[in-house]
Amino acid sequence: MSSAAGSAPWDLFGYFADHRAEVLDLLWAHTWLSVLPVVIGLLVALPIGWLARRYRWAYPPVVSVSGLLYTIPSLALFVVMPTLLGTQILDPLNVVAALTLYTVALLVRVVADGLAAVPEDAVQAATAMGFTRLQRLRTVELPLAVPVIAAGLRVAMVANVSLVAIAATIGIPQLGQLFITGFQLSVTGPYYPPIVLGIVLSVALALLLDRSIVLGARLITPWQRVSAAR
Amino acid sequence: MIRFDAVSKAYPDGTVAVDELSLTAPSGQITVLVGPSGCGKTTSLRMVNRMVEPTSGTITIDDRDVTSVSATDLRRGIGYVIQHAGLFPHRTVVDNVATVPLLTGTGRRQARRRAIELMELVGLPASFADRYPAQLSGGQQQRVGVARALAADPPVMLMDEPFSAVDPVVRDQLQQEFLRLQGELGKTILFVTHDIDEAITLGDRVAVLAVGGRLAQVAAPADLLATPADPFVAEFVGRDRGYRALGFISAEVAVATEPTVALGAPVARAHDVAVDDWVLVVDDGQLPQGWLHLRAHPDGGPGPAPGDPVTPDLLNLGGTLSALGGTLREALDAALSSPSGRGVVVDEDGRLIGSVRAGTVLEHLHAATADPSAQVRP
Repeated sequence: MSSAAGSAPWDLFGYFADHRAEVLDLLWAHTWLSVLPVVIGLLVALPIGWLARRYRWAYPPVVSVSGLLYTIPSLALFVVMPTLLGTQILDPLNVVAALTLYTVALLVRVVADGLAAVPEDAVQAATAMGFTRLQRLRTVELPLAVPVIAAGLRVAMVANVSLVAIAATIGIPQLGQLFITGFQLSVTGPYYPPIVLGIVLSVALALLLDRSIVLGARLITPWQRVSAAR
Repeated sequence: MIRFDAVSKAYPDGTVAVDELSLTAPSGQITVLVGPSGCGKTTSLRMVNRMVEPTSGTITIDDRDVTSVSATDLRRGIGYVIQHAGLFPHRTVVDNVATVPLLTGTGRRQARRRAIELMELVGLPASFADRYPAQLSGGQQQRVGVARALAADPPVMLMDEPFSAVDPVVRDQLQQEFLRLQGELGKTILFVTHDIDEAITLGDRVAVLAVGGRLAQVAAPADLLATPADPFVAEFVGRDRGYRALGFISAEVAVATEPTVALGAPVARAHDVAVDDWVLVVDDGQLPQGWLHLRAHPDGGPGPAPGDPVTPDLLNLGGTLSALGGTLREALDAALSSPSGRGVVVDEDGRLIGSVRAGTVLEHLHAATADPSAQVRP
């Protein structure tokens, strides 16, 4: 890879053509490392968010604690994860676990607020018609909370795409690897293709995942698109 | 029959929402709970389906304690209608109506078929089935709310200010249709409102609650207007109660013949028949269209020229119509609101019968109240 150094500092496509298989592997790793924590994080945040909504006294502490979690630097979290989980330092699970924690921190509040935004009339009506608490949650409250939760998911998703890159510093391969490569190749003279390629692919991935969430949310909330006739 | 037996609800902070309420809502009738805000009427209603648990006392439906079954089973057997309808915004109209049947395990196809029937029953076209609530007007949403409450054919219905959030014209219409529906269905209904007019219009029996959850009086609407039990009830029933009470006396007032001209006839013909410069205009089907004034306009313009035809834009549309055999209140209102002072009386198809003057109505009232056998509608 050193042969290209200095000759064409902006040759993005040339670099990609030369390292196609490697870059695609990094892209794929980046994708699942970003998506998996959001999926797990949502599943974990749903019951916690529900509890914070159900028991009002739990809301302030839950929101403060989850807010604090977000202030832990990601690099520090990546490094301590092996100790906490008993995993190898190079295990991608460390990254998944750390990012899941961030996602939970972000989504707990979103879920609680989403449930709080469900029209009280609809909740009352469901109760009065004999829904059990679980039926009401599953068929009335969660569907009506989708727009708020989806908005939170978009933030978590995009944040994860950028956070994953930091894991390159602890040797987990994904698009962040391109920045390290670019840095190493630029020691003797400027050589940007890997860095720019990394940025372009990260942004494209973030946009794609963001759009997927928007589209998915739209598909399951057809009622949101009707124009009010009132 | 819904029976409250010494039911109280006190909150931990000491607020008493309902105080020793004993009340019976007879089967097949509309019992209205009416009172100012803070009188515990909604709390009382919600104790029936256990959305609120009483502090003491018992509530029975057809002699069965409401606590003898699980809250969810109890609620599935009670229709419930609330203000703003409380429809599920994410479900279509037909799915909203089918909610309880689907909950109790009725097949989807059958539940939807039943829902469409109910939509028609409450006056919604079947074409609304696949719309979402946000696409409906407030009045239409409230109809969906009523249909949804009726879906499982519950013998008992609880209605919490169902018509309060719609405009007066729509409210009037919904109230009349609700009474027609109740005439067909004969449900046992407990109905909460803060509006004494609504209570009197809809209730077979009206229970007036005072702040602090005290039951001040239970009576038929006419009795409530005629003999308020205490100053609170008298105050709450309001200043117009003498006039409102006329709504419970049917009118057998002598109707005078009213000369008319047809739409399109020359104004000159109106001059021949007018009384006090006013003449009633009817269409081909004898349906009253409005009053024609033959004198010059007050703003200085000339009156209608004798050679011109009578057109709708010349007509004064003031004046309500009174149905033959309606109440004294309708008859008096027709007379008082008519620009000519003559209230228009029509038959059940809306065709002109004649007219009455306010004086005639009052003479009739005088005779009716002097005669103990006067017809007072229950």
